[in-house]
This record gives sequence, structure tokens and C-alpha cells, in this order.
Amino acid sequence: MAKRPFLIPGVDKRLLIKDSIKTMPDVTRRRFIAGGASLGALTLLTGCDVVDSSSAEEMLKSVSKFNDAVQAFIFNPDALAPTFPESAITKPFPFNAYYDLDDAPDISAADWKLEVRGLVDNKKSWTLEELYKLPQVTQITRHICVEGWSAIGSWTGTPMRDFLKLIGADTRAKYVWFQCADKDGYNSPLDMRSALHPQTQMTFKYANEILPRAYGFPMKIRVPTKLGFKNPKYVVSMEVTNDYKGGYWEDQGYNSFSGS
Amino acid sequence: MASLTVTDEQVRATKSKVIQPAWVRVMHWVNAFAMILMILSGWQIYNASPLFDFRFPREYTLGGWLGGGLLWHFAAMWLLMINGLAYLVTGFATGRFRKKLLPITASGVLHDVRAALTFKLGHDDLTVYNYVQRLLYAGIIVVGVLIVLSGLAMWKPVQLYYLVMLFGDYPAARYVHFFCMAAICAFLVIHVLLALLVPKSLRAMIIGR
Repeated sequence: MAKRPFLIPGVDKRLLIKDSIKTMPDVTRRRFIAGGASLGALTLLTGCDVVDSSSAEEMLKSVSKFNDAVQAFIFNPDALAPTFPESAITKPFPFNAYYDLDDAPDISAADWKLEVRGLVDNKKSWTLEELYKLPQVTQITRHICVEGWSAIGSWTGTPMRDFLKLIGADTRAKYVWFQCADKDGYNSPLDMRSALHPQTQMTFKYANEILPRAYGFPMKIRVPTKLGFKNPKYVVSMEVTNDYKGGYWEDQGYNSFSGS
Repeated sequence: MASLTVTDEQVRATKSKVIQPAWVRVMHWVNAFAMILMILSGWQIYNASPLFDFRFPREYTLGGWLGGGLLWHFAAMWLLMINGLAYLVTGFATGRFRKKLLPITASGVLHDVRAALTFKLGHDDLTVYNYVQRLLYAGIIVVGVLIVLSGLAMWKPVQLYYLVMLFGDYPAARYVHFFCMAAICAFLVIHVLLALLVPKSLRAMIIGR
């Protein structure tokens, strides 16, 4: 890779990468993990070139899987995320996506339905009106982005585990897979244990107001025990499944567990 | 410059005088390697959401993009953690920390800083650390512990919430982590510079004598 300035002022680097990825053949349409970095010093030290080495990439992926196993072993998956007083809420709560707010899905409440698929007894689709009738709870928790920034927000909605019970989901299944209305089709898998976590929520309100477009109207999934990209917005369907179906960021190399 | 010939006794005496035992040398270089991986991948992660009004040049980052930087960081952390823990345990158990790093007195440090700045600080006996060395080496161990703790707090802020509390809150842990990195980089510059000024200390860290 050529050594030229990567960041262009005023250009969103993620969009830039996304555009350039589109021009690549399918096989290479994933982000380079070992590539792109100038590793002169490291190459000298180790005597081998790790820059273009796919073995480095494979090694890193196995360590990442090993980390998942270690976490599963030492941590309690039901540990509660800390909650905060209203005074701690970050104002304004940031809008964040791989596109501008103008390009965010503009969903009409009347046309929207939540599609339910997979290992569930009742596969009926839900209108927003029906979902609003379910019991709701409010949580004030910290949203932590994979990039490092964080913000405290107030989310109100139905605990996911109550909804899964209501639709007769097979909670022995491995994942709940969400599909979203974002352009280029955002999607993300959530492991069942995290889906059943008491704080995991189908969110309909932010700061006691109907969820605004910026934060994922009409429904987002709030998982305070996971990084932000595992909290999908503009959700249109959920599937209870044993298959790992991948996700928008997961496929590009973010660790799929990404638990906090 | 008394004599160029040495007696057998002198040779034996020099040979037995190991300045850096093997475990220190191995752990030192493993740590150096792990640190470089952690710093370069850490800069990649920092660049995704900078705390200050600057980014690290892409040429000095590891991983190609944030996702790759994270994978490197969370892989090299094992090397850093296991090696660091082994170093702490061995350092305390063998009494090396106590013997080599203590005592650290203010007057001693002041005296040696003055001597160092006027190039009068002797390095005849490398087995005894001067007060500047003691302060820097003890200090960097503390920084090392802090950077690992703040890193763990950022990695698992829900599971390790008590660690987050130790630093105040999540954003504070990020700043602690950053400043510890800055301290380590500053140490690295001084450390390498001084090792080059006193090459026999570098030799001791490689071959032991």
C-alpha cells in the first residue's frame, strides 16, 4: 500500500473506505487487518514480513476467538451495566452511523412492521401500535462505541426477553439476528444469552420521547453490555436462529461478541 | 590503562559478575516487543476517535484500520500481561526490586540528576543503579501497572466496573490510558538514548555481562 495521507479533511474516512471497497472484487471485499500499516521496524525485528501476510491475519483471528472463550469462562454474562441518574445524560446525544443523518432511513410508522422469523412459535408481524402496547421500562446507561467515545442516554422499551417469551422463541437457539433498514442493509447477530440479558431492550423511546429518526425510529435494540455497533437501529426484522449469519461490521473484522 | 594483560583471577571474577540475569534479559526484550505492538496498534485505535486535536501518522500505526488495530491490541496484550506478571512476581520473589530499586531518596535523585546533566555520573559498576535509574525504573513499573488496569477498565467496562470506578468513569480511564502511553513513550526515548550513551549497559542487557 502506498504511503500517502489517508485522512482528507472533511471526508468521512468510513465512507471513503466503503466506496473504495465497492470497487474491489468480492473476494477482497473485506478490510485488511495486517495490511496498510508500515511495519518497517517490526519487519526488521522479526525478519519476516507481516504486512501482507495472511498468516498474521489468521493468527489474529484465532487469538480473537481465544479471547471470546476466555471471556465466556471468566465473566458473568448476566452482569448488569451500570445505570446513571438523569443528570448524567449526555446532551446532545451523538448521532453516529456510516452515513450522514440525511441518508438515515426515513420510516413511515404506518407502513412499518416488525417481521419475526426463525425458531419461534408465532411468526406474526408486529405493527408499531401493537408493540407500543407491551410493558416498557426505562434505562439510563452508557453507550460505548468501538471507536472509543461514549455517551450516556435514556432508553425506554420492552425487555427483549419478555418479547422472546411472548412470541414463543426457542431460547436454546444460538442467536437473534437483526436486519435493519439502513442503506446497504445493516444487520447484526446477538448471542442468545445477551438477548435474554435483563437490560437488553427493544427501544421505542429516547429521553421519554418517541425514538427520533437519528436514533433509529421506529425501533432500535439497546444492549448496554455490548459495543454500540451491536445495538442496531431502524430494525425491520428479527430471526431466531442457530446459524451465524454475520453482520455489517462483524464481516469486516470487528469481534462479533464485543461484550463490555 | 594500567595493563592490557589480565590474570586468570580477573577473568574469572569478571565472568562471575552477571549484571543482568537471564530472566531479566528475556523478559526485557519480550516486553520491548510487546510494548511496540501495543503502542503502534494503540495509536491506530486512538485515531478512530482522537482525545486531542491530532492523529498519529498512519505510517506508525498497526492493523490498517480500527478493526485490525483492535485485533493486534487484544492479541499483544497477552504477551504484555503474562510477561509483565511474570516480571513482577520474579522481581518481588527474588528481591531484585528491593535490592536494585530501593531506597529512592529525594536528595539522592537530585544529586544524580545534577551529576548526569553535567556528565559526571559514573557508570563503573553497572550492577548498582544510580538514583535516576531507580526512580525511572520504579516509576515505569507503576505506569505499566496503571496502563494495564486502565486498559482492562476500557476493555470490559461492565464486567470490571470497579476498575472503571477506580479511575472515576469510562472517559477518565481513556485519558489515564493515553497519558500512561505518553509516559512510556517518553521513558522509551530517554531509556534508548542513555543506553546508547553507555553502550556497555546495552551489552549487559543482551549478553548479561
